[in-house]
Amino acid sequence: MSLLEATDLTKHFPVRRGVLGRQVGLVRAVDSISFAIEAGQTLGLVGESGCGKTTTSRLILRVEAPTDGVIRFEGSALDGFDRDGLRWYRRSVQAVFQDPYASLDPRMRVGAIIGEPLVINERPSASALRERVSALLELVSLPARSRDLFPHEFSGGQRQRIAIARALALSPKLVVLDEPVSALDVSIRAQILNLLRDLQRRLGVSYLFISHDLAAVAHMSHTIAVMYLGKIVELGAAAEVARRPKHPYTQALFSAALPLRPGAGTDEIILAGEVPSPLDPPSGCRFHPRCPYAMEQCARDEPRLLPESGRLVACHLYPGA
Amino acid sequence: MTAPVIEVRDLQTRLVTRWGTIEAVDGVSFSVAEGETLGLVGESGSGKSMTCLSILRLAPRPAARIVGGSVLLDGEELLTKSEREMQRIRGKKVAMILQDPMSSLNPVFSVGMQVREPLALHRGLSGRRLTERAIELLASVGIASPAARLGAFPHQLSGGMRQRVVGAMAIAAPPRLLIADEPTTSLDLTIQAQYLRLLKDLQTRHRLAMIFVTHNLGIVAKICDRVAVMYAGRIVEAGPVAAIFGAPAHPYTRLLLESVPKLGETTEWLTAIEGQPPDLAALPPGCAFAPRCPQAMDRCRADAPPEFVAGPAQTSRCWLQAPP
Repeated sequence: MSLLEATDLTKHFPVRRGVLGRQVGLVRAVDSISFAIEAGQTLGLVGESGCGKTTTSRLILRVEAPTDGVIRFEGSALDGFDRDGLRWYRRSVQAVFQDPYASLDPRMRVGAIIGEPLVINERPSASALRERVSALLELVSLPARSRDLFPHEFSGGQRQRIAIARALALSPKLVVLDEPVSALDVSIRAQILNLLRDLQRRLGVSYLFISHDLAAVAHMSHTIAVMYLGKIVELGAAAEVARRPKHPYTQALFSAALPLRPGAGTDEIILAGEVPSPLDPPSGCRFHPRCPYAMEQCARDEPRLLPESGRLVACHLYPGA
Repeated sequence: MTAPVIEVRDLQTRLVTRWGTIEAVDGVSFSVAEGETLGLVGESGSGKSMTCLSILRLAPRPAARIVGGSVLLDGEELLTKSEREMQRIRGKKVAMILQDPMSSLNPVFSVGMQVREPLALHRGLSGRRLTERAIELLASVGIASPAARLGAFPHQLSGGMRQRVVGAMAIAAPPRLLIADEPTTSLDLTIQAQYLRLLKDLQTRHRLAMIFVTHNLGIVAKICDRVAVMYAGRIVEAGPVAAIFGAPAHPYTRLLLESVPKLGETTEWLTAIEGQPPDLAALPPGCAFAPRCPQAMDRCRADAPPEFVAGPAQTSRCWLQAPP
């Protein structure tokens, strides 16, 4: 059984105009996607802005309720949870966001920031709380005296360590990492990625890793899901998807990822045009207006996510199994 | 070899901040020839943007002051020019593209007006010739149906389109030197690929000298001819891209290259650079990177290393390269 399983997950946002709030359109932010996150593993979610990766993470964090579809956590559907059930769920699923300058309260001391989830959920004694906070600080390799300092006294990388310590305070089973290193200096990113990987080893926590940095996603993930305009277009083992992408969009995306050797990656695919508006996605395959291999069928029929070379691909180029 | 378009010699820009006076740019020297691209690489606070602003004499005053050095544009000293003369140089001879296109575009003027402005100013065009040229310019940066776009306002365009408009304005003159300060950081990957190709095309067409400021080593590998790596206000290593990526001399460059995850390579752990970015207001004596350097020696903590030759056209500010 997977830790978390999403089936036909859908989120539509109505667009309303005027005083009466008449609905004039529908943003299909996430449109019937299915995926699973295994215990102790990382699912990487990649795609460009507007593809629905952040909406997906908000659905998992239960900040938004899905329009349709089911999320199962340890086998039970989220919809069936009562208050206590949701409380338990929210303790089990935590998040680390992109900008540690925005996600930490500047007026709280680090000890209080890290201890807050504990205080709210477990009401530990003062001495127990102190001990737990010290253990968490040690876990993310911050000195014990950090507890008495304010966030502004830390650099970006250290702040992200504080955010990670807070996320781990309640021993969650899943942590949503939404661009956790994008706001950090290049020389600090490897530190944080190593820390996250080390924590996964030691604590057995699962990650949903969202990033536009494809190399970082490939490095961190066991499975990668590639999203385009609210759809998953390719889903499979990280090494396979990164090395031999099958969907034309994944191919273009990974060819646009810059090589670290001069002269490498000369066979890059440059896509024409931009991502269309999710208010009015193209018919058939949503990628067809930009696809170098588009056929007649692509504008007409929406491709289904079918097995192809050991992963799932939604593309008419592959007849499927 | 042709004379360089831009030659920066021993540039020093000092910043007065709440935390004390810092040397934001500390003795930076480089030159860029016609048709050549120099990648200026570094983390936030390394002085790469301040270097570019100093070239244009746009470093924020009164906090920033250029206290030494020389900036030669086609042999002409820019640091002694009057503000009036500088205004004629900016946009005409040296153009700049910034990270956020909305900070370069005025939200209340149409694209057409903003593209016409540099054409009227630097090329002296007017009337129908001006509009024709503006349309040509928008077409040359890959904007579809450019004539129709003249009436559009910046907020009606996507991020990639806005950055293209900024690119069109930058090459209106066309300039001798184009400074691109992280122009693709706010763009999506596939749009970034489009934009990098566009910049390269524009450069080839107009034989521009280009300074490309970035923290993304992948971009450097892709579009730059030479690279200068900055750390704490100094260029710590400089040389041809192939040499620096193939055999980095300075430990900072080497660690930076090793710390980035690479596609198609599976490594358990990334090489991390220990410690935190330097605090410019409290730099250690000696080499600024020494506290984080795994190869630091006693000498590194005492004396700042001068520039050593590390290979053909490659220099490094590291005692490891000191001749025996």
